[in-house]
Amino acid sequence: MFTQTSNVPDPTVREKVERGFERRIYAPAAILVNDWRGFVGSVILLGFVLMGTVGIYVVPRPTVMEGPIFVPPFTDWDFPLGTGVMGESLFKQVVHATPAMLQMITAGALLSVVLGTVIGTVAGYRGGRTDSVLMMLTDTVLTIPGLVLIIVLATIYQPENPFVVGLILGIDNWPRLARTIRSQVLSIREEAFTEASRIMGLSDVHILRRDVVSNLMPYISVNFANSARRIIFESVALYFLGILPQSQLNWGVMMDDAYTNANLTNLNQIHWLLVPMALIILLSLGFILLAQGLDRVFNVRLRARHEKSASGGETS
Amino acid sequence: MYYAKRIGQSVLVFFTALTVTFALYRMLPFGPVEMVKVQLMKQLLEQGQSPSAQQMRTINAMVKTYTGIDPSVPWYVSYYEYLRNIVLYQDFGRSIFKNKPVFDILYRAMPWSVFISIYGLALGTTVSLLFGAVMAYNEGSKFDTVMTFISIGNSTVPYYVVAILTLIIFSYNLGWFPSGGRMNPSTTPGLNLPFIVGIVKHAALPVFSAFVASFGGALAFRGNCIREMGEGYIRVARLRGISQGRIAIRYVGRNALLPVYTSIMMGIASVFGSSIILETIFNYPAMGLVTFNALMNRDYPLIMGSFIFFTIVTLLGILIADLTYGVIDPRVKGGNERETY
Repeated sequence: MFTQTSNVPDPTVREKVERGFERRIYAPAAILVNDWRGFVGSVILLGFVLMGTVGIYVVPRPTVMEGPIFVPPFTDWDFPLGTGVMGESLFKQVVHATPAMLQMITAGALLSVVLGTVIGTVAGYRGGRTDSVLMMLTDTVLTIPGLVLIIVLATIYQPENPFVVGLILGIDNWPRLARTIRSQVLSIREEAFTEASRIMGLSDVHILRRDVVSNLMPYISVNFANSARRIIFESVALYFLGILPQSQLNWGVMMDDAYTNANLTNLNQIHWLLVPMALIILLSLGFILLAQGLDRVFNVRLRARHEKSASGGETS
Repeated sequence: MYYAKRIGQSVLVFFTALTVTFALYRMLPFGPVEMVKVQLMKQLLEQGQSPSAQQMRTINAMVKTYTGIDPSVPWYVSYYEYLRNIVLYQDFGRSIFKNKPVFDILYRAMPWSVFISIYGLALGTTVSLLFGAVMAYNEGSKFDTVMTFISIGNSTVPYYVVAILTLIIFSYNLGWFPSGGRMNPSTTPGLNLPFIVGIVKHAALPVFSAFVASFGGALAFRGNCIREMGEGYIRVARLRGISQGRIAIRYVGRNALLPVYTSIMMGIASVFGSSIILETIFNYPAMGLVTFNALMNRDYPLIMGSFIFFTIVTLLGILIADLTYGVIDPRVKGGNERETY
């Protein structure tokens, strides 16, 4: 009865690629851009990426005394964001600090997302002893005050490379994600479709990849954005306090300079401090909005509700 | 059984933290001990001398005075001594820079850190849970929209930016609050009004910033409340004529609290951790500022000691939260009956 197979032609490589592109890249991107949060978030992040890649070649490096000191922002278009006490253009400083920030965020967020996902899924899916060992490890790292550990590590080893800084900052982030992922996996593994795959005798790797991880994507993407935001916050704080080496141009270093060198009661100098702060806020806003937009992309229930409300609630 | 397991786990975490600090301090290449040693050796070689056994001993002695660790002793012996001193005698070594026992320095500073952190955390958690619940009950109202915006704004702005800005506005410009210290120096410590007012004034801005740092569960709690409110048993409860207030607190609130509980617990860890940043900004002499100064002076015994202290405080906080959590969630006492694949 089941021996008969229909003769569907195998898709050619080209068709496969096209179909894959449509399903994996085009459709999610369309949903993302249609949601205003996803759109604004992507635009902000794209702007920062452009600033960090193209911008550093277009905008020359900041030099000392290239302009008058304490030019307020948005007045002189040679210095769009104004200047500090040394007459350096704040705009140029901001642009040239971006690549290091982006490298740090990428390294740290990737580390925490990969570690968190792998440990969370394996622990939740395998259960038993593997679970207890992995969760013990997670709980231990979770309980140790991560920021203190990071600060101690950063002081002892004085990392200069932004990737290394990112990795150190990522240490604190993965246990949270591992915990959430594990509890999600616990409910997914009881679902009917996982049960079905198991009865069909599909391999663990297959079940983990197709059934479990694909259902976790909303959490993973949202957490990528969240860890990115935490890494921005923490790194800027550590640079601001002077705990990380000040050799590199960074928004935290800029804040530190402004905080120590500007007259904080003088409104004409305070912009020096506010510019890097505004950038941190803008960048993390981008990540948060993107996370919420991605939530729409991956969360089928939300998407269905979204579409239903858009079409006037007639398709019920 | 659950409690025993939980306490046992905390003890385990404590020893892991001790081991991590020891390893950081002692074992890793480019760790402080190694660094000092290499530096001294280099000086000697630059003077054109090759280190003899005699000179190695002087180097080791110098390393010992700089770091409080004798490099000639094998690591397992010093590991054992390190654990023994801390567990049995509460001896964390001596601060190199202040030349006082690390334990005394930290023990004096700790209550102040706990003071501002606990207030900030308690305020932040209570307010965000309250707001979350009110937002859920008035879903779609103006209050809901405004608060959602504020919550998102709160998660975009780092707490230390809030700290710096409040410091600039209320302390440097308006002069309402002091910009550093933890008590008014012209008052006599004790139970008198000027002294207490001084303490409150000094703590106000740090507590506010800690509050901002721990305010953030509102949106998550709102979502959980909304989800619970759609469940069938709530409708059944309504049909049974149970009062609105009871449904709101006992049915919705309690069940919606469970998922955000983990994030509250993790809030404890991060609030104590962030006190280094806050206390440095506010120049508030407590554990965080002591740690920061130790970091700047490379006072390793003090750094390691304060790391262990922070871990202990966090562990205790989480343990207390966890043990009292059984009151809210009866399931925590035994939920390990899952089948394994």
